[in-house]
Amino acid sequence: MNTTNELRKNIKSLIAEKKVDLFLGWEKGSLPLAATPLFVTAEDQADKAIFDVTCGNNLSIYFTKDKKQFEGRKVGIAVKGCDARSVVLNILEKQIKRENVVIVGLPCNGVLDRKKVLAKTDGREVLELIDNGDTVIVKGNGFDLQLNREEVLSSSCLACIYPDAQEYDFFIGEARGEVPNEGRLKEIEEFQTLSSLERWEQTRAEYEKCIRCYACRNVCPSCYCNVCFVDQNDPRWIGGTSEYTDTLIFHVIRNLHVAGRCVECGACQRACPMDINLLMLNRKVAMEVKDRFGDIAGLDINGKPAMSDFKEDEKQKFIMG
Amino acid sequence: MSEWQPRILAILCNWCSYAGADLAGVSRMQYPPSIRVVRVPCSGRVDPLFILKSLQSGFDGVLVSGCHPGDCHYISGNYVARRKFAVLKPLLEYIGLEPNRVQFSWISAGEGDRFAKVVTKITEDVRELGPATRLVKKL
Repeated sequence: MNTTNELRKNIKSLIAEKKVDLFLGWEKGSLPLAATPLFVTAEDQADKAIFDVTCGNNLSIYFTKDKKQFEGRKVGIAVKGCDARSVVLNILEKQIKRENVVIVGLPCNGVLDRKKVLAKTDGREVLELIDNGDTVIVKGNGFDLQLNREEVLSSSCLACIYPDAQEYDFFIGEARGEVPNEGRLKEIEEFQTLSSLERWEQTRAEYEKCIRCYACRNVCPSCYCNVCFVDQNDPRWIGGTSEYTDTLIFHVIRNLHVAGRCVECGACQRACPMDINLLMLNRKVAMEVKDRFGDIAGLDINGKPAMSDFKEDEKQKFIMG
Repeated sequence: MSEWQPRILAILCNWCSYAGADLAGVSRMQYPPSIRVVRVPCSGRVDPLFILKSLQSGFDGVLVSGCHPGDCHYISGNYVARRKFAVLKPLLEYIGLEPNRVQFSWISAGEGDRFAKVVTKITEDVRELGPATRLVKKL
């Protein structure tokens, strides 16, 4: 709650001193498991702002998907660690100017995965949620559960290395520092020990679930082409069906489009209605980018996204002799 | 029936590899008749989507070839391409496609013999794997 009060104070002073025209934050949602984006333009609206485990939305997507709204305006934005990396990428990709954004970093302890909570309640509707730090209490008709925080956190948060904003103007609360999270790639390493055919069968089973709703693309802060390659129909590169080769090509290409730009916020996986383990591809790509080019998306505001850069003497063992 | 002949899509850059293929032809070098050539302005033009799309439509293998690093007609096209392929190749292996189906090489306009060798090599590799089944769209 302390962070929330500090955040409200900060927003008020930013608005009062006219440092920003608009502030992006979160407010309590109409459903208990998800906060709603909040647009603050006047001081009294700042009291609605909250920051807790339900604030999963990466607000930086407004900078790219609703770009017109921000032309010539100074914007403040509340960010978690991953959101800050998205904002840095937006600045690097010239979607917004650094001098027009005021970044307010918040200490993030991870955000909720709605699907994990609903699995715990056996699908019964949650009517109230209380964030107690280490535990989360969910209440509904005839049940009152106390859940460990780790059990309901988004899987992207469980593997997070940078929970604090790396680029900010103000930081509220106490920074957590880098979290080593050594086991974060365990799932991928285990998958890689399987044979090629086993891997193929698992991948196929996973992506057969996809119904092509494009929720993952729409929620992604790094996906903002005017015309997405799947919507393009002249030439029509990819079939619009939910047949597994089509869905797999969609996901592989989407992952390559966000290669070196994915901040692993996990928004895609949380948004997926079919519960596909989408981060398995994202993490692998991020791993390759880091191993080969030494880049981590959105950390260096003076850098360049990995795939729009090159060095002349890179390793090229994969090229035929 | 005689031995199965794989069908391989060869995406060649206009300035080096396509000319290399031409040289192999006019020099009457022998290589397997397994490739279908698509000429692109530069290896940097090759979108990973082209590669996946051709596997989906039933090609047994894909060869992408461009100018040697440093020789690109557009100065840096092949460097950018190299980064793309460097991520694409391990990713395709990771999702469970056979690694040898998609291969990359650098062939200059003067390397007709090298072109013949590369095509022979990829044809042998793909023949060993057999017809593509995994990412092929069955309708």
